[in-house]
Amino acid sequence: MAPAPSSTSSAITLTINGEKYPLSVDHRTTLLDALRERLDLTGTKKGCDQGQCGACTVLVDGRRAVACLQLAVAAEGREITTIEGVADGERLHPVQQAFLDLDGFQCGYCTPGQICSAVAMIEEHAAGWPSAVTDDVRPEAGPPPLTAEEIRERMSGNLCRCGAYVSIVQAVAQAAAVDEEAAA
Amino acid sequence: MTTATRLTPSVGTAHSRVEGVDKVTGAARYAGEIPFAELAHGWLALSTVARGRIRSVEADGVLGMPGVLAVLYHGNAPRVDTDHVGLLGVKPEPTTALFQHDRVPHMGWPVALVVAETSEQAREAAEALVVTYEQEPHDVAFSGGRPDAYSVDSHMPGATEKGDLESELAASAVVVDAEYTTPEEHHNPMEPHAATAHWDGGRLEVVDSNQGSTWVAQELAALFSLEPSAVRVRSEHIGGGFGSKGVRAHQVAAVMAATALQRPVRVVLTRRQMFSLAGYRSPTAQRVRLGADADGRLRALEHRSLSVTSTVHEFVEPSSGPARVMYDADAHHTANEVVRLDVPTPTWMRAPGEAPGSFALESALDELAEKCGLDPIELRTRNEPEAGPVSGLPFSSRNLLACFQEGARRFGWADRDPRPGLRRDGRWLLGTGTAAASFGAGAAPSTAALTAEADGTFTVRITASDIGTGARTALTLIAADALEVAPDRVRVRIGDSDFGFAMIAGGSMGTRSWGWAIMAAAQELRERLALGGGIPSEGITVRSDTSAAVGALAQKERHSFGAQFAEVAVDVTTGEVRVRRMLGMFAAGRIVNPLTARSQFTGGMIWGISMALHEEAVRDRTSGGHVGADLAGYHVAAHADVPHIEADWVDDPDPDDPVGIKGIGEIGIVGAAAAIANAVWHATGVRHRNLPIRPDRVLLAAAAGTGARDA
Amino acid sequence: MRDFGYQRAHDVSGAVALLGADPDARFLGGGTNLVDLMKTGVERPARLVDVRELPLDRIEVTEEGGLRIGATVTNSDLAAHPEVRRRYPALTQAVLAGASGQLRNMATVGGNLLQRTRCGYFADVTKPCNKRVPGSGCPAVEGEHRNHAVLGASEHCVATHPSDMAVALTAFDAVVSYETADGPGELPLTEFYLPVGDTPHLETALPAGALITGVTLPPAPVAAHSRYRKVRERASYAFAIGSLAAAMDVRDGVVRDVRLALGAVASRPWRAREAERLLTGGPADAEAFAAAADAELAAARPLPDNRYKVTLMRNLVVAVLTELAEEAAR
Repeated sequence: MAPAPSSTSSAITLTINGEKYPLSVDHRTTLLDALRERLDLTGTKKGCDQGQCGACTVLVDGRRAVACLQLAVAAEGREITTIEGVADGERLHPVQQAFLDLDGFQCGYCTPGQICSAVAMIEEHAAGWPSAVTDDVRPEAGPPPLTAEEIRERMSGNLCRCGAYVSIVQAVAQAAAVDEEAAA
Repeated sequence: MTTATRLTPSVGTAHSRVEGVDKVTGAARYAGEIPFAELAHGWLALSTVARGRIRSVEADGVLGMPGVLAVLYHGNAPRVDTDHVGLLGVKPEPTTALFQHDRVPHMGWPVALVVAETSEQAREAAEALVVTYEQEPHDVAFSGGRPDAYSVDSHMPGATEKGDLESELAASAVVVDAEYTTPEEHHNPMEPHAATAHWDGGRLEVVDSNQGSTWVAQELAALFSLEPSAVRVRSEHIGGGFGSKGVRAHQVAAVMAATALQRPVRVVLTRRQMFSLAGYRSPTAQRVRLGADADGRLRALEHRSLSVTSTVHEFVEPSSGPARVMYDADAHHTANEVVRLDVPTPTWMRAPGEAPGSFALESALDELAEKCGLDPIELRTRNEPEAGPVSGLPFSSRNLLACFQEGARRFGWADRDPRPGLRRDGRWLLGTGTAAASFGAGAAPSTAALTAEADGTFTVRITASDIGTGARTALTLIAADALEVAPDRVRVRIGDSDFGFAMIAGGSMGTRSWGWAIMAAAQELRERLALGGGIPSEGITVRSDTSAAVGALAQKERHSFGAQFAEVAVDVTTGEVRVRRMLGMFAAGRIVNPLTARSQFTGGMIWGISMALHEEAVRDRTSGGHVGADLAGYHVAAHADVPHIEADWVDDPDPDDPVGIKGIGEIGIVGAAAAIANAVWHATGVRHRNLPIRPDRVLLAAAAGTGARDA
Repeated sequence: MRDFGYQRAHDVSGAVALLGADPDARFLGGGTNLVDLMKTGVERPARLVDVRELPLDRIEVTEEGGLRIGATVTNSDLAAHPEVRRRYPALTQAVLAGASGQLRNMATVGGNLLQRTRCGYFADVTKPCNKRVPGSGCPAVEGEHRNHAVLGASEHCVATHPSDMAVALTAFDAVVSYETADGPGELPLTEFYLPVGDTPHLETALPAGALITGVTLPPAPVAAHSRYRKVRERASYAFAIGSLAAAMDVRDGVVRDVRLALGAVASRPWRAREAERLLTGGPADAEAFAAAADAELAAARPLPDNRYKVTLMRNLVVAVLTELAEEAAR
């Protein structure tokens, strides 16, 4: 039900996967609930609704973020990419393809979040960002190689209760290698 | 089929999941994601006292709030009939007796449902709802020394006894007598429980996330006194279950509200509510006494396990079960006991009994090996039983030693120096450990419908449930082989109670039970097709029912087995424990799909890491409720906790199953925590008998000095 | 969650004016803590003033050679900034040790400083908590307090501050800048958080209605040799049970300068001045490190289930300073 604009609701336009979605939102509505309950973009999952699991990971202005702690009204003016916007038409994104081929999921519920997270994480790494397991964070040390340990640390914001971690890490490594080849 | 050339069998070869593209693109819709016109949202309000009576539910205070449509509570809710036994042979979960009385048996008991136009409105109103209580003193203090504990039969006897325990212990050259504890653990599937109920032309339809749609449909029909045919439950994609997704308060609430409002109502549990309403694994306090000759042969084995249940239901975590399968002794005593406290009712959670029980038993075996100066694998080899230690029945197959032999070879076990506390890598002490695993292999009656379509494809309809196991894909491969066609000509439809009764996804019995029904249907369909005559436009459908065939299975000890290996690193100055590698070798029947089976095994082993090092729900004695009931307070293993894990299997087809399946959903967790705890001992010289092996425990044990070798 | 008004501020004075003196209004930064607390009912603001778009998103080298960090700089940008990594590596390590990649992309420097405790009683509105409801009691003292404070707590509250970032900032003498309707102000981070005493609900010395605009780090050559170590009950994506930000300048085996701040042991990042005093000018060896740690931790008043933290922090101080000393010797 769309609330009429008032002091506690607003008419906004969200930009999602390159498309404009005008809607009126209760200010309490999170981006996650707007996607799932209002825009029928249910690929983004609600696991904890508290920023503690990563299932709702989307990209906001190209960076990964949890949609459950992002108010929809505050997301106006930002470019949002959800799992529905990751593939290139019918062609799966290399991360998606690697998850599929290497069985990087079981129940599939954390999967959209894992994939969105991995897509952005690979870019963060390419930008030279260190992580908590990077030995030497000084810029002179150069970017760390994307080892399994680095992937695990960088992906730790995405819990998988089925325990698909081993193949997720393999899938991310494979997709990152595809990315590197493409860049080379 | 008559024209098909003989294909390479699909079973046994790796196939990515048939619904995989839907899952990686976000197209797969889970229970809370199916759109409904005029959908209303229900939000449960839970009790804030741990014991007492509801004095008032001040519904009028919230009925005027924006969007609020109804408040259901014990004063106005329809009656439900909970006096029945469901598909699994047990009485309904007590919270399904929703809003039937004013008693509050535990903190987090559902006391009201607020229904509103939007979820935001429902939540705010549910939180604003004033409920007053007559509070009574509660008791939530679980410990091993409870005088009010008593033994309980479940799917197994509560207690078994043979031989004179005390005299065999007295005659033993070596004795281990130790207590082990495991904490309250929660399933925490990533997808919270969700159900949408609506009435469609006199029929109740529920879109749900569950482990068995027939099961849920039958329970709802019984609860609401409806004809079984008047209830349809669908559950196409399930975001994990692990034992928690049966019939629970949210489905009942959704049905009540949809009935009252005559419009679709969705009820989704919050993560925090799941800690009270989704079931959990009871904490356990276990005592193991082992007596052996100097050569390690067991003379005495006692395993007593105490778990908790609620005041309104008797559920036992049968942790002494593994001892009845794994090791024999002249005196062999086991018991599963419970104590009733003012807490929510526990339930099945991945490897119920086996997971906590194997931690205690397999840790004790390691302690015995140390005392005997024997290699832990050699000790187990010397104690391989000929027949079921309690039942005396023969094993259908028991390939435990093959798992240990192959596992030891791959893990490099032969090079292991058994002495603890010797290996160091920087700040880390290193150690390795092993443990055995077993899990029951069974089948339950199921039905399937198989249709030969006019276009040459085949459709399977079965009320199976794919909670992430890969069942949908496995069943596709099984059907393809049974029909001698390529898998892409088979479409498997699951998760719809209208397809007929079938086993749930539970007990590691789902895929085997469903596969059996599909094999039976395929055989009959092939016979029908062999008669010739073409396929009419509506196709040719046959139905199978395996009740008779499953019932005719001979009584045997039927189990999967496995050997777990772990290497850990421990920093005793900070208490941090990291698992560096794990290997699991399993003898678990024929492996249908190696790709997804490996995921199942490693997933279970990761549960073992999580159980060994992280998981623990903390209950506050003063309030009787949890502290930190969320995924920041209740830690499950994250990516960074999980190293490379290898899982593989030895050839072990079950001769009594048409496919050769034993079931693989649970054995991966069994023994894994013990292997890690045994490795922590090997690294540090300290026995950790209380899970999880937290930093504070490791630190305090190390700080206490070398004199204290137990924690 | 109660319904609320929402306004987006575009400049600092506008933000301060929008908030005004309204006690029921809150600034919204990344929302990673506030929105969560609103969902659990701990925070029930009537109005939010969104400050994410304020032009406070820059990190600049100051004339003196320190850094000025804008309040809306995200945790990710702070950690990745070359000058932070070069001049204050422990700050980068501390930020990267916190939360997850997703949350660090959202969370801001200002919001991070104002994070509320992760005490399970505070987060559960069905339970008493002196910080949330003054005078209602502190169940943690007798109840679950394994991860609670051992330093500077009182019988009224034993909660810890959850920030990793603030621990490193405290070690490096950060100064918090803020803006109020009456003009700007500054607070050293060591004076930013109030002592617990019998007023645990009063957490910071910020004037009512003040907006944090940035954090200034004075130049500190010692910080180039710094390290942050965090211990937690999971290898990542968990709050600390103990952490340490340490920087040390060692020449010829003698400690010339040292900075130590302890995390997850008090209601605020705990600057270990007593340990620093003892270490400065003395030998850089394990014995001296342990003695300094013991002197600092002599003030610890642990509860039955968090005694381990005293040992943990002592061990961390010795281990991290030993590593820094070994690096200096190389």
